[in-house]
Amino acid sequence: MKLVKIYVTLKPSVLDAQGEAIKSAINTMGYEKISGVHMGKYFELNFDNDYPELEKDVDAICDNLLTNPNIETYRYEIMEEE
Amino acid sequence: MKFAVVNFPGSNCDMDLYYAIRDGIKEEVELVDYRETSLDGFDGVLIPGGFSYGDYLRSGAIAVHAPVVKEIVRFANEGKIVLGICNGFQILTELGLLPGALIRNEKSRFICETVTLKVINDKTAFTNCYQENEEIRIPIAHGEGRYYCDDKTLAELKANDQIIFKYDRNVNGSVDQIAGVTNKQKNVLGMMPHPERAIEDILGSDDGLKLFQSIINYQVRVNN
Amino acid sequence: MTEPTAKQIKDEKNYQQWGLTDSEYDLISQKILKRLPNYTETGLYSVMWSEHCSYKNSKKVLRKMPNKSSRVIAGPGEDAGILDIGDDQAVVFKAESHNHPSAVEPYQGAATGVGGIIRDIFSMGAQPIALLNSLKFGPLKDGKTKHLVDEVVAGIGGYGNCIGLPTVGGEVSFEDCYENNPLVNAMCVGLLNKTAFKHGTASGDKNLIVYVGAKTGRDGIHGATFASDEFTDTKNKQRSAVQVGNPFIEKLLMDACVEIIEKHPEWVLGIQDMGAAGLVSSTAEMASKAGSGLVLNLDNVPQRETEMNAYEMMLSESQERMVLCIKPEYKDDVLDFFKDYELDAVVIGQVTTDKQYKIYHQGELVTDIPVDSLTEDVPEYDRPEVEPQRMIDDRDYKFVPEIDSLEETWNNLLKQPNIASKKHFYQTYDSQVKANTLVKPGSDAGVIRIRGTKKAIAMTNDSNSKYVYLNPYVGGQIAVMEAARNIVAAGGEPIGVTDCLNYGNPENPEVYWELDKSVEGISSACEKIDTPVISGNVSLYNEYNDVAIYPSPMIGMVGLIDDIDKVTTSAFKEAGDLIYVVGETADDFNGSELQMQQTGSIKGDLRPLDLTEEKLHQDLIRMAIGQKLIQSCHDLSEGGLAVALSESAFDNSLGFDIKTKLTSAQMFSETQSRFLVSIKESDKDEFEKLIKTDFECLGYVTQEHIFKVTTADETVLMDGKKAANNWKEAISCLMK
Repeated sequence: MKLVKIYVTLKPSVLDAQGEAIKSAINTMGYEKISGVHMGKYFELNFDNDYPELEKDVDAICDNLLTNPNIETYRYEIMEEE
Repeated sequence: MKFAVVNFPGSNCDMDLYYAIRDGIKEEVELVDYRETSLDGFDGVLIPGGFSYGDYLRSGAIAVHAPVVKEIVRFANEGKIVLGICNGFQILTELGLLPGALIRNEKSRFICETVTLKVINDKTAFTNCYQENEEIRIPIAHGEGRYYCDDKTLAELKANDQIIFKYDRNVNGSVDQIAGVTNKQKNVLGMMPHPERAIEDILGSDDGLKLFQSIINYQVRVNN
Repeated sequence: MTEPTAKQIKDEKNYQQWGLTDSEYDLISQKILKRLPNYTETGLYSVMWSEHCSYKNSKKVLRKMPNKSSRVIAGPGEDAGILDIGDDQAVVFKAESHNHPSAVEPYQGAATGVGGIIRDIFSMGAQPIALLNSLKFGPLKDGKTKHLVDEVVAGIGGYGNCIGLPTVGGEVSFEDCYENNPLVNAMCVGLLNKTAFKHGTASGDKNLIVYVGAKTGRDGIHGATFASDEFTDTKNKQRSAVQVGNPFIEKLLMDACVEIIEKHPEWVLGIQDMGAAGLVSSTAEMASKAGSGLVLNLDNVPQRETEMNAYEMMLSESQERMVLCIKPEYKDDVLDFFKDYELDAVVIGQVTTDKQYKIYHQGELVTDIPVDSLTEDVPEYDRPEVEPQRMIDDRDYKFVPEIDSLEETWNNLLKQPNIASKKHFYQTYDSQVKANTLVKPGSDAGVIRIRGTKKAIAMTNDSNSKYVYLNPYVGGQIAVMEAARNIVAAGGEPIGVTDCLNYGNPENPEVYWELDKSVEGISSACEKIDTPVISGNVSLYNEYNDVAIYPSPMIGMVGLIDDIDKVTTSAFKEAGDLIYVVGETADDFNGSELQMQQTGSIKGDLRPLDLTEEKLHQDLIRMAIGQKLIQSCHDLSEGGLAVALSESAFDNSLGFDIKTKLTSAQMFSETQSRFLVSIKESDKDEFEKLIKTDFECLGYVTQEHIFKVTTADETVLMDGKKAANNWKEAISCLMK
């Protein structure tokens, strides 16, 4: 089995409203030196070991479903699993 | 009796609650800012619905760090009346004053409709004007109102008669169709439905009025 | 990135990408400035002269609309229109389209559409009280459309629910022409204490310009020109980041602005929303309206991103931002006031008397142009227009339906997505927050009471683009009158209109003809019932691969209910009540849902609408409601009498037993100017005496959930529960 860990975040130019609100909460808790918080989504996808063209399909899944390329970007890691 | 309606940034049912107290049961009520550090002079605290801090991170998660919250905890621990409605319920569970948590509705969508609730425990500060098993019509409006707790907690809730309201059908996927629970001492109630939206017949129901009258009844008894 | 020089812009014609034509550029450089505009200046002209900001293609047509009545306090030209409703109160409303952003990023596009229209209302000093929306999509057959619908609905709910305003009405419809160009129109209604009204102006030498709200980023740059552009397959992929909404900040901004105007009217001289074309549009309009000039210093603008240039800051469409013009002596008061709401507020400029628009950035004067040239010198285009060929070809076509089985046709029609219950969508909108909602979505109009008075406001969004496509003039009239019937059926007096005019490319003469004729139709109907058009917006270039949408004017209408005892809903109330249809039924099948169902398309002309008869019926129903003779009242529209009867029966699970002179087919005719009412049997004589003619007593409401219907052709017994399930479940099934 292959495990693909996908991280989806907003593009840097897009307002991260949640990140901003969480940042001010962290600041009011007393951690004042934290200057940025960004919130994203995390996905785990399982693939068979002999899956052909895995990266191509992961890209397609990310582009067409998991993200909106207008506002979000993604990166992923492919790991071997038992 | 004098109520405080605590207003967090993003609360949006604060005025509805205010009017329910002022016009519905004609008692004293004041809006209290989240930066206040004292609730002295109040007899009960009401935490309104809405989207405190935009519901960012998790519903209610950021509000629990506001200054006024220490006073809400003090009220709860001193056995005074604390009522959290909708987002207020979410804040109370995030605070740990009530067991369980509220998560995304089963079908993942926001639901606004008037539902039928069953009064499970009619012997509390919040329900003494209702009858046991009475069916009441109260609106809901939430996207994260599915009550969740583990089996052990559920057993405790049942054993201590902490389940106050249940939906008459599976509305949002809540465990045991729970719509409202209290703490063990039964002075803190959290509920997802909005009784403050059901205090006038012209709005579709006045079944929520008895909840607020129950609090007054209870307070009169305590004071005597 | 280095900015191109003024000469490069001219030589390489960069301005064309931004939407300026050669002749517009020449006008700017040769006549207005008498020099070449630099990079920033060219950018400012390109957005301010876009259709979205300037209405350069539609102004000529828009002037035909009536905008006066005894109630009008402010009309077009402000952020929103205002109507007097007595007792020193006024109602403020406007609708706006967010079609293109919603096609690209449906959740955020729809959400920011809602956010923008709310700001237009509170920038007038009004407290927003309700939201409505009108949505049009392609048919619910593929995953792409379903996803689009889901996201748009979630975006509308996400923003409105979070900010805490009830969404009390709207409509959703589905036609092929919207598959790649959905329409997302949102309307907001507010309540104003008349003395609190603030114009969006910046006047008075040395008065200060204050920026309040969210920080500025690079989002949505050229959104306004983008909204005035057509879609093609390739462009779809190239879009840059769209703006993202933050309803949490908007809630704070709304509460703060309403409070500052109410409690400290002397501090604030003018206030305006930063909407399309952001900072430039809001400040230039404020100065131009007041006959002033402005100096802005962009170094003070709160920024979310680094190294933004002047062009980007001026054109950014970051959301949740407002501009205020204040008196300098109250500067500290104003800044502290917003600080208490934890909102950014800074002085970014001041008013001058020289009528120049000057912008400094990092010590440099990057813009120095006459302020009126941005708003007043836009060329106005008188486009050629020609009657569409389809209208000439199909003028004499008359659709004659064949009904094999009344029951089957009836049940099938109830399942049609355009007729079926939209509860699947509207139950995701909070319709009751603020505890003032007297009539929730699902009846003819939403009704909000004004707390502390006997008054209430009825509101509705209506459009039937199929009719407008077949005959723009009559279709325009129908859109207004159907909205009015919805208001009347709810117990209200129609008092005013806002609109979203959604059309294709105006450079196509057939499209321009559709725009012109439908606006004439809308205008004639509004004049007839004294409902001025006090605000609105125009969305042109709604095309995909050169195919235009149906001409789709959306009418948002507001009505006044002077006593909440008059509030009426469409649901039958009690068994034994008599059922009437008011208005004659004819064979109106062109453009009907029945034609769509039986032939898969629409075709043919519409009969002219008799505005006098229409108004008479509205007046009679209002009188009957005023005399408390009406138990329920429902406007007849898509699907005709059959659908109206069913809808009235479903709510309380009642039935009916009726006998009519109409044929089975006529049960589905969509003749205008009709109402379905139920009354107490004891009021029969009085009701009939009042209505006099043009009515038919059909029968009565029954306790059993059974529809017993005798037409001129046959008698059928229908299971009400089965019919109700068809109607209630159709959309949920299709959305799976």
